[in-house]
Amino acid sequence: MNRYTLAVLVRNQFGVLNRLTSMFRRRQFNISSITASETESEEYSRITFAFDGEENGKQQLINQLYKLPDVCSIKELTENNSLSCELMLIKLKNDPATRDEIHAAAEAFKAETIDYTKDSIVLRIIGNSTKMDDFISLMRDHTILEICRTGTASIEKGSSTLRQNLNL
Amino acid sequence: MQLCGSDILVKTLIEQGCKTVFGYPGGQILNVYDSLYKYQNEINHVLCAHEQGAAHAADGYARTTGGVGVVISTSGPGATNLVTGIATAYLDSIPMVAICGNVPTTQIGTDSFQEIDITGVTLPITKHNYFVGRVEDLADTVREAFRLAKSGRPGPVLIDVPKDVQIATCEYEPKPPVEKDAPFAAKDVRIKEAADIINAAKRPFVYFGGGVITADAQDEVLSLAERIDAPIGCSLMGLSAIPTDHPRFLGMQGMHGHFASSMSMHNADVILSLGVRFNDRVTGNRTKFATGAKIVHVDVDGSELNKTVNSVCGLRGDVKLTLQKLLPLLNEGKKPDWMARVNAFRAEEEGYLDKREGLTPRRAILTLNKHLGANTAVCTDVGQHQMWAAQNLNFKTARRFASSGGLGTMGYGFGAAIGAAYGTGERSVLVTGDGSFGMNLNELATAVRYSVPVVVVIMNNGVLGMVRQWQTLFYDKHYSNSILERKTDFAAFAKAFGADGEAVATPDALDKALERAFETEGPYIIDCKIDKDEFVLPMLPPGGSMDDIITKLEVEL
Repeated sequence: MNRYTLAVLVRNQFGVLNRLTSMFRRRQFNISSITASETESEEYSRITFAFDGEENGKQQLINQLYKLPDVCSIKELTENNSLSCELMLIKLKNDPATRDEIHAAAEAFKAETIDYTKDSIVLRIIGNSTKMDDFISLMRDHTILEICRTGTASIEKGSSTLRQNLNL
Repeated sequence: MQLCGSDILVKTLIEQGCKTVFGYPGGQILNVYDSLYKYQNEINHVLCAHEQGAAHAADGYARTTGGVGVVISTSGPGATNLVTGIATAYLDSIPMVAICGNVPTTQIGTDSFQEIDITGVTLPITKHNYFVGRVEDLADTVREAFRLAKSGRPGPVLIDVPKDVQIATCEYEPKPPVEKDAPFAAKDVRIKEAADIINAAKRPFVYFGGGVITADAQDEVLSLAERIDAPIGCSLMGLSAIPTDHPRFLGMQGMHGHFASSMSMHNADVILSLGVRFNDRVTGNRTKFATGAKIVHVDVDGSELNKTVNSVCGLRGDVKLTLQKLLPLLNEGKKPDWMARVNAFRAEEEGYLDKREGLTPRRAILTLNKHLGANTAVCTDVGQHQMWAAQNLNFKTARRFASSGGLGTMGYGFGAAIGAAYGTGERSVLVTGDGSFGMNLNELATAVRYSVPVVVVIMNNGVLGMVRQWQTLFYDKHYSNSILERKTDFAAFAKAFGADGEAVATPDALDKALERAFETEGPYIIDCKIDKDEFVLPMLPPGGSMDDIITKLEVEL
């Protein structure tokens, strides 16, 4: 099983995210992360998601996406042709016994402390998904109170954009 | 000019060339019905007995005309009653526009009386759907819906119009009817690849489906088969595209397909697949399906390529245009050894044919064949009768067969037959079973009211025949809830609804009844008594392969 990242430009219509996720559900595509946001143009929204599966599953997914009239452009983003990052907020128990270890790990991962109370520490960490996963597994030794991840945001390297090949 | 939303809606339908629409009024669509009243000289509305029947009628109209079928309903239950009709059209790629009323925008989301989120409900069974929140968007939404419904791989599109949008006014500017997106041929490099594979074939088989009817590519299919000396088979959805008596045509393939057609496909070395989607009812066990064959697959919908079976060459494009480019690249040549084998399969099939005397299902359909004109549309419901019809009807003209292939909708036929009669302007025929007919027989009221000439042939065996067949073969003859034990007198039912009908028990009586039926002004019902243990044969058991084909019934009843 591989992980593929796809960026999709869609018409900025009410319910468009639902149209995509409804298709993922009924055709049983395994989506591990999804982000949706406004773009540089009011006309379009951008949906970036990660799909876990095989090459022919990915091709089928792309073909099914193209059938949705709201989908304007699709691009597969790979490590070579794109830049990706994710943001995570993680809330940990502030225990004097483990406080130093948490701070040391946070420093190594370039995580920023954005909230600090007697009982809790909130860290903000930015990077690729693997970095998040690694940090979480490191923190499993301590008490994780809450995690919130944004999902992956990806953009192509260089000057090319999704809008350059509309409605393929 | 300034018009209200409902006027704009109806004007836009007229603008798109709609002559006949089907539907049922109700609270939240009243304004549209007021506009239909106003423009009744330009557009004809057929009031059905139930929204489901209306949706199937729009579907039958679309299948027989090749145009877009239109159905109109109110909100809530009116809209949900369309669902089966829309899903039927979706699974068979039939162009349809469904228009629903809804509660005013200010009440949306508050669970108002007869409010339903129909765009949410129909999301997975439409090509696309629209909730029109502003009257200014209405005309262009209808236009886009028509374009989508008929472009590429056709399908149903739904438009939800809240009542206040029907009432609000704005400027309406008439426009010419929308054209479908220009069809395109597959890429040249793929066509060349396909030609090389086909030219190397020793045992080619041409297999086509509903996509050929949609693309109007039957002439190209025939030329191609002629050029490479290949036999032709089709899916249920392909039926009627090629005349049944064409010497190259082996008939339908699949679970209940013709023996020679299925065997030829199974033994082919190249299967040229045109506008088909390799449904499980066609392939059986996919790992054992035509294992020796290279599949060349042409479809306008790229997602069908490699979806269920892997092709060596997938061509995304319009079947007609693609074949026109492919044809000149193919070597002409006879394949006497292969055709001899195909003919041997045919001879073997001849031996399996049911030649019993009496009112057997096959004899009933053969008797019906004698009465069918070249332009008579035959519709079916779903079950054994559907397969008997598909196997034995004598098709002469494309678009003169309408049957729910993908969804398998019992109750589809009567509405479809009414739509088909409007579509062809001629008498249509419904072949049905007593189970299927029981689902939507209310549409007899519609046929009587508008004097729609529909000949209804009910293959009446008192059981749910296909369910019974499976119970006999695979469930130890546990006839759980498949015995109807009804006391319905269909001839009396016909009379009660203001039509006429009769029961028959012999081929001769059926012949005479059909004569009367084809001379009757409105609908006519023939209750055709057949035995409850008739089987549809041959049969590929579900999940089986050609090695498991059942050609003779060896079950002790």
